[in-house]
Parts: sequence; C-alpha cells; structure tokens
Amino acid sequence: MTDQSNDAPRKAGGASRRDFLRTAGLAAGGAALGATGARANTPDPLITEVQPYASFTGEGVDATPYGMPIHYEEHVVRRNVEWLTADPISSINFTPIHALEGTITPQGCAFERHHSGAIEMSKQDYRLMINGLVDRPLVFTFADLMRLPRESMVAFCECAANSGMEWGGAQLNGAQFTHGMIHNMEYIGVPLRVLLEEAGVQPEGKWVFVEGHDASSNGRSIPMEKAMDDCLVAFYANGEALRMEHGYPVRLVVPGWEGNMWVKWLRRVGVYDQAVEAREETSKYTDLLANGKARKWTWEMDAKSVITAPSPQAPASHGAGPMVITGLAWSGRGRITRVDVSMDGGANWVEARISGDAKPMALTRFHVDHVWDGKPMMLQARAVDETGYVQPTKDQLRAVRGLNSIYHNNGIQTWYVNENGEAENVEVS
Amino acid sequence: MSKCRNLIATTALATLLAAPAFAQEFGLGRAALPEEIEAWDVAVLPDGTGLPEGSGDVYDGEEAWINNCAACHGDFAEGAGAWPVIAGGEGTLTNARPVKTVGSYWPYLSTVFDYVHRSMPFGAAQILTYDETYAITAYILYSNGIVDYDFVLSNENFTEVSMPNADGFIVDDRMESEFPLFVTEACMSDCGDPVEITKRASDIAVTPPFPRLLLDGTVLEPGETLEEASLQDTATDAAPVEEAAAEPAAEPAAEEVEVASLDPAMVEAGESAFRQCRSCHQIGDGARSGVGPALNGVVGSVAGQVDGFRYSPAFAEKADEGMVWTDEALDAFLENPRDYISGNRMAFRGVRDADERAALIAYLTSHSD
Repeated sequence: MTDQSNDAPRKAGGASRRDFLRTAGLAAGGAALGATGARANTPDPLITEVQPYASFTGEGVDATPYGMPIHYEEHVVRRNVEWLTADPISSINFTPIHALEGTITPQGCAFERHHSGAIEMSKQDYRLMINGLVDRPLVFTFADLMRLPRESMVAFCECAANSGMEWGGAQLNGAQFTHGMIHNMEYIGVPLRVLLEEAGVQPEGKWVFVEGHDASSNGRSIPMEKAMDDCLVAFYANGEALRMEHGYPVRLVVPGWEGNMWVKWLRRVGVYDQAVEAREETSKYTDLLANGKARKWTWEMDAKSVITAPSPQAPASHGAGPMVITGLAWSGRGRITRVDVSMDGGANWVEARISGDAKPMALTRFHVDHVWDGKPMMLQARAVDETGYVQPTKDQLRAVRGLNSIYHNNGIQTWYVNENGEAENVEVS
Repeated sequence: MSKCRNLIATTALATLLAAPAFAQEFGLGRAALPEEIEAWDVAVLPDGTGLPEGSGDVYDGEEAWINNCAACHGDFAEGAGAWPVIAGGEGTLTNARPVKTVGSYWPYLSTVFDYVHRSMPFGAAQILTYDETYAITAYILYSNGIVDYDFVLSNENFTEVSMPNADGFIVDDRMESEFPLFVTEACMSDCGDPVEITKRASDIAVTPPFPRLLLDGTVLEPGETLEEASLQDTATDAAPVEEAAAEPAAEPAAEEVEVASLDPAMVEAGESAFRQCRSCHQIGDGARSGVGPALNGVVGSVAGQVDGFRYSPAFAEKADEGMVWTDEALDAFLENPRDYISGNRMAFRGVRDADERAALIAYLTSHSD
C-alpha cells in the first residue's frame, strides 16, 4: 500500500526521471559529455507539472513511531554468504559498506557474528560478574552500571576474518562481501578499568577472560594492560541502546583489536594469572604460517582501506566526467594519517582527501574528486597510519605469512572498472 | 547509640587497614556468592586451573559422543557437512589445504574440556556433566590417536597428556617480521611495471546474487545489465503493480482449509518456539536436511522417511516398525527425545512446557499435508 502510493507520482505522471534523462541525451554508459554539463530539449515534467506529493499531504507524525529507511533504500541490507558456514546461527553477515557514506555504521545494517545466535536478554535479567584474582568478587546489575562514570568512544569493530576469503585470490564480488565484516559506532559505557578497580585486581592478575551470556559463552583472554587502558563496557551505540544482535544490553568494546574479543551480552570478567587459551584464541583466529607454525595473540587490526564506491555493487554508470571515488580506511594501532588512491593498479598514486576527523581506531572516510576519461581503471586504496605503517599488497603479506594464513588480511584491494563503469574484484600482478 | 557508632568506626577502620590501596570507590555492585562463582566460572586453563573433580573413559566417551556430537562431527570425529572436523589432519599444516583438528592443531587439552563443557552440544549447551565432558575429551583424544582405547581421563592425569601441536604456536611477531618491511616511504609514481589482471572473482562465481545501485537511485536486480536498465520503459514499470492488485486470491485448496483450522496464534507461538530447533532442522519452502532431517510433512507421516537423511539405527528401527508421528507421539518425543527413542542422535534435551510442545506441533502441522 505504501509502495503503491509512493510510486504513484512517477507512474501516473507518464514520464519517469529515466525517460527525461534519455530525452535529454544523458543515457547511461560512456557518453562523453565532458565537464560542460547537459542541455535538456524538453522541459522536465517533474519540474513543470505539479506532482502529487507537492499538492497532497504526506504521512503524519503518528505514522512511524520508530522509522526504517524509506523503501527505496530497502536493498541496503546486511547480506549473508551461505556457503561460508554450516549454519546461519553460528555465522556472519556483511555490512553494505558499498551503499553507506561517512563513518558511522547504522546498527540495523552493521554486520553480525554470532556463535550460538543473537539472544534476547532484558536489562532486568542482566548480571555482570567480576571474579578471580580480585579482592572483592562482585556482581553488577544493569542499574549499577548506569550509576558509574561513563565515557564515549568511536571505534571500528572488524572481524579477524574480514577479507579472509580473498587471501588466496579474488573471490567474492563486492566491497560488502570482501570488506563488510566491519562496523563503526559511537559507544557510551563504563570503562572496564572502573569495574576492575571496584573489585580490586590482585598483583598476580595479569589477564582478564571475558565471556558472554549466550549459549556459546564465547570467551577471550585480554592482557590486563589493555583491559585497564581503553576497553569499554558499552550499553549505548549511535545514540540508542545496543541492538539485540550487537549484544543488548551490554557488550565489550576493545578498540583496535579483532572483533571476536568484543564479547556481546557480557556476563563475566574473570581475572587470571595466565591466558585461558579458549577455543576462539587457539583453534580459530590464529594465523597459520608457511612453516606450519601459527601466530597467536594477533589482536591489533593493521592499517587497511577499501574503495566502497565505485565497486562491483555500485558501478560508475554515469560515464566519463566528474566522479567521486570514496572509501574507508582504518587502523587498530592509531589514527589514519593518509590514504592514497591508484587508478592504474598501483603504478601511480594520488593522495585522497580525508573527510572529517581521523579518530584513532575508528573508520576514516576518504574521497577523491576525479575527472574520469572513460577508460578502464584498476582502482586501489592504500592506508597509512600514525605509526608510519603503509598498507601492503596481498603479495607482500603472503611473502611473509604464506598461503594458509587467511585471518588478518589487510592487503590492498583492486577493483577493475570497465569502460561502462562496471566494477569487478580482481587480483593484479 | 554510642556503641553503634563505635562499631561502625571499628569496621570502617578494619576495612581501611585490610585494603588500603584498592578501596572501592563507588561501592556499587554486591559481593558475588561462592555458588554464583561456581556456576559461572567454568573456565579451564592450560595448567589445569579450574578443572573440576571427575573422570571419564574412552568407552563412555564414545557413547556420549554418538549421542551428543556425532550428528555434526561424524561418528569418528571426521566431521559432517560443513561442521568442524575434530580428528585427523596430522602433518597437513604445511599443505595447500591444512586440516586443523584437535590432534593436528589445538595446542592445549584444556581448550577441549573448556569448550565442550561450556559451548557444546550446539543447540543444547551446558547439558554435559563433568564426567561426560572428561569422557568425551578422552574419546576425542582416542579418535586422534593420542591415547589408547582403555584410557581414563581425570583431573588427576589431565595435565600429563601431551598434545601433538603443543609447540606449534608463536606469539604475534608482526612488530619484528612485518613492521620493518611496511613502515616505509610509500612510492607515489612510476612504482613498477604496468600491472596485469591475474585473477577475477567472476571466474569463480561464488558470490551470492546482489543488486547494483546506480547514482540516481536505480536498483539493478541481479543479472540485469546497465543497458537493460536504461532501456526500460515506464509502461513495464507500472504493469506489475496493476497485475498484483488485480490478481484474485487463489482458491483455497482442500488441505489449506484444514491448515486454516489450526489456531493461528498457536502456529505463531510454535514458529517462535521452533527457533530452538532451527540449528539442526529446516522447514518450509526449500527446506533441506542438514544436521537433522527437513520437517515438512512430518506430522502424520511414518518416522524416519526423509529421503537422503542418514538416520540413527534407533530411528531406522522405528521406521521399520512403521511408527507414525501422531500428535501424541510427537508430544512424547519432544518432551524427552532420548527416553522416547532411546539411542537416537538428536542432541536436544527436550521441551518441558506442554503448551510449548503443543505450539510446536501446531507449527509442524501447518507445514504438513
């Protein structure tokens, strides 16, 4: 019903925007219009005729107590790649980064990773235990947490497996699928340090083990130094309560470190003298090297970037002339200081414009305002962070790690853009 | 009054003396009780910290494995479908396709115990006793060739078991092995020979179908080309809407009338309750068998009849006997799957609530002829 009424203006008018564009000689494709702009032969009915929406009234303030994006945007959704995992309950989906701008990821389309599904837990049922090598083992309720000093923080959460499917070569077609295991939110919560100090960590307590309320009770070990530094026991994201799939009512934020450590539905923080070496930090998320040894405790997510548009799901169908190349860059070791973009597969680079503040351990947006000659491009982005680390190519990484590493792939991504503006995930020599 | 004040003063002084460096600043939260800590702190650490008293042997472990684990991980821990392989893979870590199992990859036995006890079986976690967990851990060791069939694992000998890949891990060395290579001056121009495309994602074609977005808001459906989009006519745009509106409601078929007699609220409640079954069972359009059989048409059918699903011997026997899934049979089975068909492999503890079972059966009926 909403669909029909909202679509009615376009259809009833007898001429769509598409028709107008065609009449005006602006057909999609490689028409070389240059930068001088187009000239209309016939007046645009969307301008010359009074449209229904300009005459009749729209929806009232009581129609939508909590809104979803307008239905024209209904394709901007998380997507799943079924063959990746045995079951959607212990699986992952992907943020539609190709269709988003800026840096904040809306919770409703931010990727999800569950080990035993997203659970429903009320604030009233919520309990958080701090125990182990502490002077006072404590239990906090949600109301207790709400009475403790809060801090805010913007941070990206990237799964260690993001781009993992691309380690062996170009595989999935689309920025959403190659780089969409990431989101970036503004969190409000209580520093983990405050809770640990309430319990009184004993001198031999060198690690915390954090685990969730869900059936997997997914647990990870975090060294005390990080726990006392910037970890946040968060209960708001992007201005509202955490969504269920992001750990309502409470999740852990571990800035810059792999997403698996950001335990959702946080239930317990145990203090120990050693790492627990749980399943997710031994059999998973460890990096198998060429010599058969594996790296463990590879927590920091190294500097990385991707061009989000144009990309396979967002072709540059406008043809030659002015265009915007945009993407995201991030580093788990601090701020992004520069992003370079290449149009020829890495032979030549231009410095991109960083848009907005580059916050440490947060997604950073970049833009390149480009005048496209309509010839094929091999688009790449390359991030540099404040440590001076320059994002490497996949070949450079594979030379160090071998072919079986998979996790923590922060190599440079290439999109081949053909003369029609269609983009494809490729790997280059 | 003065006594009371003295008491408070003494207590406060004692607290101060006991923990002068770590005083509670906010005084929020309450003391965790020993029973609560015991219930939640189930972590088992590499040096054996956290191991509960108990034991289990390979023989019992095999039985517990078949009942709780084999549906996903195979009778011999070889894995089933896309679920993890638990045994085998020795010597493959340098191969093109390494097989990471408990035997070939996991460095600590404590990880097995901790994970099996806290997270398994998938869909019914935390039902295993400590002894069952010891037994299953022993069976996993046995299936990996690490112990013999007569092995008994307990908290006493746990840390004596040596894992084949115990020395297979190094702590993150990127600061030494990668940073010197990548903290460099980035080349900006003429950085090498012109590049060639060596691999294309479209050659592999494993990406799920996706729409493409154009700058003007047009959405190309999967497979639709740019040319098709630009040539599309408004008349065809409008047509589907009218057709949809004009399409009369399909005549209800006989079975749909029968389905309609189900209480929709019950079916809805059943759909919600079915969440606990979904990790193993599919139902509805396109449902396929996975860990458990697809459940379309199950109500009123003979047990164990889904094509291509490998039933446990216990279930196969019921099928041979011609057992029919009546409402009563389903109710009894769902209440206690293990008792009703003893020896079946469904790793599920059952639904205690009779109303919830009735709702589930209504939901199953709504997907049955």
